[in-house]
Amino acid sequence: MANLNLETMSQEYYDVLKELGNIGAGNATSALAQMLQCKVDMLVPQVKLLEFQDVATIMGGEEQIMAGIYLGVSGDITGSIMFLLEKDSARNLVKMLTGVSAEGEEFSDLELSALQEVGNIITSSYLNSLSSMTKLRLSPSIPALAIDMAGAILSVPAIEFGVLGDKILLIQTQFFNEVHLDGYFILIPDLESYGKILASLGIQ
Amino acid sequence: MGETIKVGMADLKVCVSPDAVTTLGLGSCVGIAIRDPVTKIGGLAHVMLPDSTQIKNNSNIPKFADTGIKELVRQMVAKGAKQSRMVAKIAGGAQMFAFQNKSEMVRIGERNVEATKKKLAEMKIPILAEDTGNSYGRTVVFYPETGDFIIRAVGKPQKTI
Repeated sequence: MANLNLETMSQEYYDVLKELGNIGAGNATSALAQMLQCKVDMLVPQVKLLEFQDVATIMGGEEQIMAGIYLGVSGDITGSIMFLLEKDSARNLVKMLTGVSAEGEEFSDLELSALQEVGNIITSSYLNSLSSMTKLRLSPSIPALAIDMAGAILSVPAIEFGVLGDKILLIQTQFFNEVHLDGYFILIPDLESYGKILASLGIQ
Repeated sequence: MGETIKVGMADLKVCVSPDAVTTLGLGSCVGIAIRDPVTKIGGLAHVMLPDSTQIKNNSNIPKFADTGIKELVRQMVAKGAKQSRMVAKIAGGAQMFAFQNKSEMVRIGERNVEATKKKLAEMKIPILAEDTGNSYGRTVVFYPETGDFIIRAVGKPQKTI
């Protein structure tokens, strides 16, 4: 399993990771609905193994402004997880949460801390579902937030994946309630962790 | 006006004036712009990781500072540039997320910049200017005609180094 390579991953492994992505995103959506106290629908997430370049393209180009929430995972497996939200979606979400409609280009401190909290809840619920499915102990670190160009934010997971290969595993999720929100998850388990996740699900 | 050629992540391109080279949204990666002022041949590499020798899967030459810079110079020389005249400008190497624990992966921007400087020094290519570090993304455009390296960041005025 130490030689597991994303590019040569079998269809079975890929399907499992896809399913974990689906269930995790589903849980994250429930958490979001609870937080907003309204019904939130989710389209079936799309799970893709993409070249570095193509990830930013999906998000609207390298210069598209995104909010990225990034946190480390430790415990039985190690790695990190990132949740990305397009800037206008981030702004809408914060508005729904705080009731404050911000003006201007810059995010206020209140918006930033609300966004960090949203990210925290979404990523934690994602990890919780992963943890209960695999029976692995996962503890998230305190999340860090950045609002910047998609390319720049994505350089962080790209570099982590870059140690292993030239592709990124991206889970694209669309949420709906009154407004449409485009969100993306990037799961970055380290090499040995892929094996542990799969083994815990009974796949050798 | 010439064309502006786009360089992706883990990619490099060579051009001749009046053409220019650009790369969008540099984060912890480093953009290395090299120019031969006589032939006005220039190039830009967008490297992601410092050292190819520490990674098993290292066939992607432009991904690493050491192999990427070497390859960029090789391609420029193949077009007629002279290594002894080459000068460089670098940008990027930001730390996009502020974490408490300073792991090796978090410091990657810094390490990319260090590795870039080391390789350029080894190849005797002087660095004329740099805009590295900090915590924000950068889009860069390089003009081999003048050597101007234009840097744009979100919410900041454009600058030329």
